Amino acid sequence: MEILNAAVALLNYVIIPATSYAAQLSLGALGVTLVYGILRFSNFAHGDTMAFGTAITILFTWLLQSFGMTAGPLPTALIALPIGIAATSALLLLTDRAVYRFHRKTKAPPVRLVIVSMGVMFVMNGLTRFIIGVKERNFADGDRFIINAAQFRHLTGLHEGLAIRSTTAITVVVAIVVVGLLFWFLNNTWTGKAMRAFSDNEDLSLLSGVNPEYVVKVTWLIVAALATIAGVLYGLDKAFKPFTYFQMLLPIFAASVVGGLGNPLGAIGGGIVIAFSEVSLTYAWRKVFSYLLPEQFLPHGIAQLVSIDYKYAISFIILVVVLLFKPTGLFSGRSL
Amino acid sequence: MIVVEDIRKHFGAFHAVDGASFKIATGSITGLIGPNGAGKTTLFNVVAGHLKPTSGRVIMDGEDITGLSPHELFHKGLLRTFQLAHEFGSMSVRENLMMVPSGQIGESLWSTWTRRREIAANEHALAEKADKVLDFLTISHLAQEKASDISGGQKKLLELGRTMMVDAKVVFLDEVGAGVNRTLLNTIGDAIVRLNKTRGYTFCVIEHDMDFIARLCDPVIVMAEGKVLAQGPADHIMDNEAVIEAYLGTGLKNAKGARQ
Ligand SMILES: Nc1ncnc2c1ncn2[C@@H]1O[C@H](COP(=O)(O)OP(=O)(O)O)[C@@H](O)[C@H]1O
Ligand SMILES: [Mg+2]
Repeated sequence: MEILNAAVALLNYVIIPATSYAAQLSLGALGVTLVYGILRFSNFAHGDTMAFGTAITILFTWLLQSFGMTAGPLPTALIALPIGIAATSALLLLTDRAVYRFHRKTKAPPVRLVIVSMGVMFVMNGLTRFIIGVKERNFADGDRFIINAAQFRHLTGLHEGLAIRSTTAITVVVAIVVVGLLFWFLNNTWTGKAMRAFSDNEDLSLLSGVNPEYVVKVTWLIVAALATIAGVLYGLDKAFKPFTYFQMLLPIFAASVVGGLGNPLGAIGGGIVIAFSEVSLTYAWRKVFSYLLPEQFLPHGIAQLVSIDYKYAISFIILVVVLLFKPTGLFSGRSL
Repeated sequence: MIVVEDIRKHFGAFHAVDGASFKIATGSITGLIGPNGAGKTTLFNVVAGHLKPTSGRVIMDGEDITGLSPHELFHKGLLRTFQLAHEFGSMSVRENLMMVPSGQIGESLWSTWTRRREIAANEHALAEKADKVLDFLTISHLAQEKASDISGGQKKLLELGRTMMVDAKVVFLDEVGAGVNRTLLNTIGDAIVRLNKTRGYTFCVIEHDMDFIARLCDPVIVMAEGKVLAQGPADHIMDNEAVIEAYLGTGLKNAKGARQ
């Protein structure tokens, strides 16, 4: 019984939250990795792209709600999501046209594009705050729980409760569907193959008649969708605040580097590694131990390895260690 | 017909191509020879759209194609291979070939959804075509091999194979024979002649092997220090004192001696 309670506590406080966080990070990291694979630079504006897409989605969610339109048990934001994606697509295509294209045509070295993307980041940052403000927003509606702690205790008779929030389930399901679609697209469509070819050998792909501007355009569209979905899922699960999304850049980059920049499968693996490290290192394990260890062996403290205040340090350390010892990422396998 | 009009390509103060003019007649196999550093590859890069010329024009069938990008030239039927063979390293040899025509169709995201059956049929036809090409080039056994794993000479064949996947008009081959053994070189030579005869491909071939050039090419253009030094039938070129002095030296005399 104690073991079961420990397992439930572990599920409830570590595995379930880490899984949904991993799904959000993976979607974010996929966007970063796609830009790196096709446009060949690390896109610092990605966190703020997510924030912009989420902000627009929230605005439309409010609009829909003001008309009394909701998605029933599901969050209304899911109906507003396509609008958010469309707006973000437009923003990214416009940015490409106004900013990146010039540097692409002049064959700028990647480092210049990285710096340029930081400029874009500041602009998007300001734009998002201008549109929706800097405050924290909660926009999740619909059913809160699939099963809550009290129901679970009643159902199983266990002492420990297990809550599965609907946003967690939605996050995981949507992430799986999106990733599945992305891989189907990359492997089975002409455009997807052209993208892979372009990423593999740009010169040769041009010689095969691949239009680079078309590939770049499609890439931005996919990145807009991935970023908005990742941002909205994160916002539903936790809350939306522009600054948090800017901070998310660190774990997202860590995830894509751990997975090997340009490698989509790796981005997912990287997201899982970062999310589970962060959650398990900042979790106070005393509760789980209390079910497993006899009283006299129980630690005096709360058995938390890293304070939650330092959670970004974990991504940072993993990022640095991977860059030092295995800069091509932990996950071998082909890029794109 | 391709007309190269007074092309110049300067890298800073260095004049890699320094006013080259010549014509490539439709249906010909034109040879382009010259010592290392003569500017042959740079000229190819300009003609095939990889580099913008400092000045000069390239005309294809009466149309100015100067400065068009490689993918636009591809759609006009102008293809090239690289001196250092390129390949899609993460794909199999067969997939490498099947990549070629993919840029032509399916340029719209919609068609991916709306024309799925057509695409599947097309995919099948492509695979068959790729297999025929591999057969033609005597490398069928490599079809499933990862393209990054095959030998340098085999990559050269794959490069040639790429040009056979579509109906090209003009193909520029940059040192197809480099790093390729004699037997393979003959295979490549035969393939070039067959493509020229049966499919009407026009070729412009950079090659250092004089036997190969003499057997295949008419006319032959000689470049040195960024300029065209001489052009004409292979025999004339090899007898041209200026050419022998300026570039070919003993290598050519030996080659000629061996043939006589
Ligand atoms: N991108 C470049 N920048 C500077 N110099 C170059 C560049 N490309 C080629 N060159 C120089 O131009 C000259 C001609 O090179 P290339 O066209 O490759 O000769 P070839 O193919 O006839 O051997 C060489 O001296 C080479 O170093
Ligand atoms: Mg060369």
